[in-house]
Amino acid sequence: MSVQVWTYVFVFLSFSLYVGIAIWSRAGSTKEFYVAGGGVHPLANGMATAADWMSAASFIGMAGLISFLGRDGTFYLMGWTGGYVLLALLLAPYLRKFGKFTVPDFIGDRYYSKTARLVAVFCAIVISFIYVCGQMQGAGVVFSRFLEVDVTTGVLIGMAIVFFYAVLGGMKGITYTQVAQYCVLIFAFMVPAIFISIMMTGQVVPQIGFGSELIDGSGYLLDRLDGLSQELGFATYTEGQRSTQDVFFITAALMFGTAGLPHVIIRFFTVPNVRDARRSAGYAIVFIAILYTTAPAVAAFARVNLINSVNNAEYTAMPDWFTKWETTSLIAFDDKNKDGKIQYTGDSDLNELTVSADIMVMANPEIAGLPNWVVALVTAGALAAALSTAAGLLLVISTSVAHDMLKRTFIPSISEKQELLAARLSIFIAVLIAGYVGMNPPAYVAQVVAFAFGLAAASFFPAIVLGIFQKKMNKQGAISGMVVGFIFTATYIIYFKLVNPTANIAENWFFGISPEGIGTLGTILNVGCAYAVASFTADPPDDVQELVEVIRLPGEA
Amino acid sequence: MSDDSANAYWKANIKLVFSLLCIWFLISFGGGILFVDFLDGIRFGGFKLGFWISQQGSIFVFIALIFIYIRAMDKLDSQYKQQPIGGDIESSQGDAK
Repeated sequence: MSVQVWTYVFVFLSFSLYVGIAIWSRAGSTKEFYVAGGGVHPLANGMATAADWMSAASFIGMAGLISFLGRDGTFYLMGWTGGYVLLALLLAPYLRKFGKFTVPDFIGDRYYSKTARLVAVFCAIVISFIYVCGQMQGAGVVFSRFLEVDVTTGVLIGMAIVFFYAVLGGMKGITYTQVAQYCVLIFAFMVPAIFISIMMTGQVVPQIGFGSELIDGSGYLLDRLDGLSQELGFATYTEGQRSTQDVFFITAALMFGTAGLPHVIIRFFTVPNVRDARRSAGYAIVFIAILYTTAPAVAAFARVNLINSVNNAEYTAMPDWFTKWETTSLIAFDDKNKDGKIQYTGDSDLNELTVSADIMVMANPEIAGLPNWVVALVTAGALAAALSTAAGLLLVISTSVAHDMLKRTFIPSISEKQELLAARLSIFIAVLIAGYVGMNPPAYVAQVVAFAFGLAAASFFPAIVLGIFQKKMNKQGAISGMVVGFIFTATYIIYFKLVNPTANIAENWFFGISPEGIGTLGTILNVGCAYAVASFTADPPDDVQELVEVIRLPGEA
Repeated sequence: MSDDSANAYWKANIKLVFSLLCIWFLISFGGGILFVDFLDGIRFGGFKLGFWISQQGSIFVFIALIFIYIRAMDKLDSQYKQQPIGGDIESSQGDAK
């Protein structure tokens, strides 16, 4: 069977599975809709968290980015896993003990203020929304390349599926589809990785193949890669190019952001108790690490493969995958010296090939000449990654509107049935807007998605941690911290990425920190500001201090 | 749980979290970023140590840290479980459960 047929088979099977789960797990109450009834097994929640967390960017983008960044790619690897240590040790158990439905719920109750709740609602919606647009766009690209439908149709199909299980099932539907999506995406990521590892190094485990000798006798994989890079004038793969402080700040921003992302945090509200919240954070990092420790190996394999198959090859003799990706303009060849051969080098005057990082994972199985069914798997996996994350984000938007804005702030008299209807309606509207943005992607969306982390780091992360560990932190401190952190980070990013992109060079940055890493400075500002303001305003009322005492104890397990 | 044992529990918790976060920082920001070039001088198999820590090793350490935390907290919970937990505190949480 051709790749095309296999792709249709896998996509159809996986989508039917998601729809089946959606029908089986309809939500009947707001508690089921918001937190899946609070009875999810920690193992299932671990898987759901992993799928929720690993987006189109982790699945499609990350290994490709590392492939071109070499050792600097580290900030994605450590940043997006190290945040789970913070989440498990500093947030998850306490937020589960607090035991409400949303992040703005915690901020609003802990800081005894509607203003705090609304600031949190605003941050949650902005962060989730820019993130979800990126997912829709990713799904659109995958559909258009592999199913050869246009992007609009692709996004529409994706929207219809997400809409179906998110609106029917809320968190309950999302949780169980995410479990299925995790299985699909990890299988789709690991099978090609294992194949390629065996082909190149003879090792079944890619993590070991990463440090092994190549089967063609040219020495260790990484040494070979360093050698090839130097020969062709690229930066040495295993050495860093960015400044140490920048890598440090980006890693920290991604870690704090990971721990502060509302769609990840709310997953921990779905388990029965504090003990299970801790456990499921443990399971989640194991499930995530399977992909994250494989990704750098895939990055190195893909890079060696790419160089070997394109450099000095006759353009007319290039295989099928090359021309197919050329039509998406993610690969472009410009025969500067008119010799009909592809010269791939680090010297921009002589280099004739531009390769987008996005295709490294998706094209890798084809470049390595793997069987058709393996190539087709990648599509199903990429869609699972994009849709599972999109659903989690849409739920945050919906709960922020229905629960935090309507029920808890503006119309407290709303009945449970009406609240549920409002939650479903707001998911519906959010899907429509996200779909629209996915079909007509403004150039800046892709640029801004990564910055959701900076914003989460500078707003939620400090407010929540201080709320748990500093009993005396009051509403004035927390609100001013969140506002200052968010505005500072957003301004820095918007200035360098949208207003004045030509100025985005190291000389102009504060302390040499790129916009990617500025969230860390935003976090520090948030904390500093919170302490400063809290020191000359009144302590929180006694019942709030008591609430803090309560969430610090695990309660009955 | 009486106030005294609640305090002791919280102190033990802080101590545990703090020491685990020290290791977390040392491995990721220390081994993976600040001292990576120094550690790259050491090789094992096809890896330079610093590079390996930054792209693989740190992630394994993160997993270990979370599981150590889970076990230690379970132990801590059962140590302090002897005393009955304050009923009034629990009932104020009733609507949240």
